[in-house]
Amino acid sequence: MATVLQFPANISTLNNYNDLYPDWTQREVSTGTTIMAVEFDGGVVMGADSRTTTGAYIANRVTDKLTPIHERILCCRSGSAADTQAIADAVTYQLGFHSIELDEAPLVQTAASLFRDMCYRYREELMAGIIVGGWDPRRGGQVYTVPVGGMMTRQPVSVGGSGSSYIYGYVDSNYRPGMSKEECLKFTAGALSLAMERDGSSGGVVRLAVISEQGVERQVILGNQLPKFSTV
Amino acid sequence: MATVSVCQYHRGGFSFENCKRNALLEADINKLGLSSPAARKTGTTICGLVYKDGVVLGADTRATEGMVVADKNCSKIHYISPNVYCCGAGTAADTEMTTQIISSNLELHSLSTGRPPRVATANRMLKQMLFRYQGYIGAALVLGGVDCNGPHLYSIYPHGSTDKLPYVTMGSGSLAAMAVFEDRYRPNMEEEEAKRLVRDAIAAGIFNDLGSGSNIDLCVITKGKVDYLRPHDMANKKGVRTGNYRYKHGTTGVLTKTVTPLNLEVVEESVQTMDTS
Repeated sequence: MATVLQFPANISTLNNYNDLYPDWTQREVSTGTTIMAVEFDGGVVMGADSRTTTGAYIANRVTDKLTPIHERILCCRSGSAADTQAIADAVTYQLGFHSIELDEAPLVQTAASLFRDMCYRYREELMAGIIVGGWDPRRGGQVYTVPVGGMMTRQPVSVGGSGSSYIYGYVDSNYRPGMSKEECLKFTAGALSLAMERDGSSGGVVRLAVISEQGVERQVILGNQLPKFSTV
Repeated sequence: MATVSVCQYHRGGFSFENCKRNALLEADINKLGLSSPAARKTGTTICGLVYKDGVVLGADTRATEGMVVADKNCSKIHYISPNVYCCGAGTAADTEMTTQIISSNLELHSLSTGRPPRVATANRMLKQMLFRYQGYIGAALVLGGVDCNGPHLYSIYPHGSTDKLPYVTMGSGSLAAMAVFEDRYRPNMEEEEAKRLVRDAIAAGIFNDLGSGSNIDLCVITKGKVDYLRPHDMANKKGVRTGNYRYKHGTTGVLTKTVTPLNLEVVEESVQTMDTS
């Protein structure tokens, strides 16, 4: 893909007059992010914040980071906005083609594998952390995580993005196997709110999606409706 | 040095051969306290919004080369197709050429499909090209238009990420323009209000950002019609000088006049022909 360069890829450092052009006009767009997905019996709940940043400027405060890959498969994107959008477009195409060839709904594991193949092969050039979630008739609701570097593993709960560091404790202590759909929604919304409160690169609204045999239902929780934990 | 008799065919894409040399030159120049010349950028404020009947795109008209204004009235709203226009910020050459390439490809695509082009198609073509060049093409674009699915507005970043939003701003003056939008934008505005809002947003960029200036260009795209208003508002007309440094003959009084003839003789005369063809 991209050839190896002998010197830093950020070519704008060669011309460093900064008064006229502030930092964020030259920085890459990143989905700072907190993303999360939880399996439950019958499907998955996926959630993400909605902030895209270029340096210190919020380029998009209502981003939709839950990207549909197929009818009952979504992915949460974190890392470089350009890289994850390009990867998601490519995988959507490949999965759609594969599904037409098979004439049946694709497996969530297939989607995750396609992500893994691309993220691992181009690991030097890409910065993408992706969580794939969906429902298929063979194995029900599944969550696969493909972090930076290109590993792929199935997990009942997965968090990702810069804000995830702040909520590992909350997730580990509050997750119980066998939660219902409503409990998972409350759990996800709570975790994302906590992360958005503490992480500067995460914020905006909470976007949730529930994937099950019936299809995908999406909801948005606006900033003033987020669950409150602290009274200070 | 090079004794190549046949011209070497330049393969397409970027050539990074001179980068190491340039880095060394840059270091040497910096040691002398100077800086190397910069690419001409459109400092820029560009913005767009979706209103009731379509989209309104706006742009300032200043192109800068470092701290000097290279063009006081450049056109930053580029034609993509009859129903799709694109504002460009970043490196002037990159935005110009990128939009021309995609415009050309989109016309061929439209002839091939037999349908008028869609904004989403232009968006996809632009983002895939910019991603392929990994951010080296410094083009930050605001793409807007009306197609069979209604009005659409996209912001496209140099690395290839895009956002589909009801209002967007780009360029060095984007923060000033976004402040105006965030304050006064409402969905489904009327055309006059929408034009006023875009004009005010660009004006905010022009007056508060050093990289933007001169006039405000607008482009109003609706289902059947495109209004390319250049200039829509000349916000910075050059003033008329009130004073003059020419003095009339006789202003300075002459007190004395002495004439001293210099007797010169011609020593040598030579003719040098000049080619004035």
